[in-house]
Amino acid sequence: MARMKFLLDAERCIECNACVTACKNEHEVPWGINRRRVVTINDGKPGERSISMACMHCTDAPCAAVCPVSCFYTTADAVVLHDKDLCIGCGYCFYACPFGAPQYPRLGNFGSRGKMDKCTFCAGGPQADNTQAEYIQYGSNRLAEGKLPLCAEMCSTKALLAGDGQIIASIYRERVQRRGYGTGAWGWRTAYRETVAI
Amino acid sequence: MKLRILALLAALLMGAAAPAIAQTAPRAPSVAEEMEVQALLRGGSIQGRITIPDEKAATLIQPEGREWREFHNITLAWVGGIAVLGMLAILLVFRMTKGRIPIEGGPSGRTIQRFNTLERANHWMVASCFIILALSGLNLTFGRHILLPIVGPEAFTAISQWGKYAHNFLAFPFTLGLVVMLLIWLKDNIPNGRDIAWFKAGGGLIGNEHLEAGRFNGGQKMVFWITVLGGAVVAVSGYLLVFPFFFTGMEGMQLSHIIHSLLSVLMIAAMLAHIYIGSVGMDGAFDAMGTGQVDLNWAKQHHGLWVQEELAKGRAAAPPPGAKASGAD
Repeated sequence: MARMKFLLDAERCIECNACVTACKNEHEVPWGINRRRVVTINDGKPGERSISMACMHCTDAPCAAVCPVSCFYTTADAVVLHDKDLCIGCGYCFYACPFGAPQYPRLGNFGSRGKMDKCTFCAGGPQADNTQAEYIQYGSNRLAEGKLPLCAEMCSTKALLAGDGQIIASIYRERVQRRGYGTGAWGWRTAYRETVAI
Repeated sequence: MKLRILALLAALLMGAAAPAIAQTAPRAPSVAEEMEVQALLRGGSIQGRITIPDEKAATLIQPEGREWREFHNITLAWVGGIAVLGMLAILLVFRMTKGRIPIEGGPSGRTIQRFNTLERANHWMVASCFIILALSGLNLTFGRHILLPIVGPEAFTAISQWGKYAHNFLAFPFTLGLVVMLLIWLKDNIPNGRDIAWFKAGGGLIGNEHLEAGRFNGGQKMVFWITVLGGAVVAVSGYLLVFPFFFTGMEGMQLSHIIHSLLSVLMIAAMLAHIYIGSVGMDGAFDAMGTGQVDLNWAKQHHGLWVQEELAKGRAAAPPPGAKASGAD
């Protein structure tokens, strides 16, 4: 099986936010929830970089480690998913996540959170593949249709790569060798405890 | 801040130098990786600008989450486990070696009022809130290891969900009760010299020395201050958690959780001892918070000075019905 990963080539990202929009539209993500976002560092200064960030589907995922109800699971493709029927919206995964991926609809008493929502790598959830129930809870399941995440598919500069870790790393490696430099695979060291060897 | 700027400069220089070197050997560490490593070394997060209203989303990577995970999964589990199980073990040993503490000379049959209705009602409001808050809190740390394998995921989620609601709502009556406790019991809980003597003698529990005490003895005063002061810190940190990111950012939320959970498990351990000695551990003790009327001999044994004061005020020992004052004939 593949080991699915995201890779963001910050040399190519132009902060167009198409990935964010594609994600929101594909999964009908409600207002206030951002499964993917683009962060610009050193804005307006030399060395400005834009990075599109979502759940990185970590190896040894911190969210799963701290979840009080153990609602997370890792698929055969190494995609980190969670069961919204089990989630209690405690917010612990957001405290542990290095990437700020978990999102919570705000409902109920005080500031209390609804069930957590995050990037599914377009792989749905524990419900049967491509059912209405799965779509309502988790959005579409493109992986089950043999497609890759829409954010990366839609990326006009192909800054965002999604797919098997070895394949996207080799694409990135080729690019770095061709142009002679790279800004590194964002978050890889944190998420996968490794980086792309050039 | 200076460090950050320096690291940034170093990273930028490397990035700028990279294309020139890279023509031959693309080996120079890249800007992003370098910054990520630097940030991790400093324990800092990587901040940027974001075009959505959610300020939290501007943090690209926050490595502090790793420490919080370590705390939640390892430190808290050990501290909580040792505090709660350790206290239960101590109480068990105490029970087996000392047994139930009897009333000296047996019950007299005459009673004296120890706590009035307001005091008892408030005590039980705080106590019942505390028990549910404690159980639902412990469930968040230990439930998935203990309860989840027994009841299964669906039932465990239902329990935890109700626990979360209960935890959020009961925080309010709990805090109200603490304020009332402070107001009605503060005057009797000011520490004084007798408390030092009381602690020196091991509270009369370890030794057998007879100790004089006022309305509350040293141990009870300690329970009072643990409840009021500990409760205040737990309440404040709890309100920060129940209104997530309303008053504080990520670090504040993580710190609030650390303070809230550590203090809570210690308070649970202290309250286990309080519950033990107030119920099965001592003859006649439960009546104080049960009916409010305690046996006179029990009161003299444990709170001699208080009994004297009450008798002086003429409040003691309701006479049997039909009794006439002496010399009334």
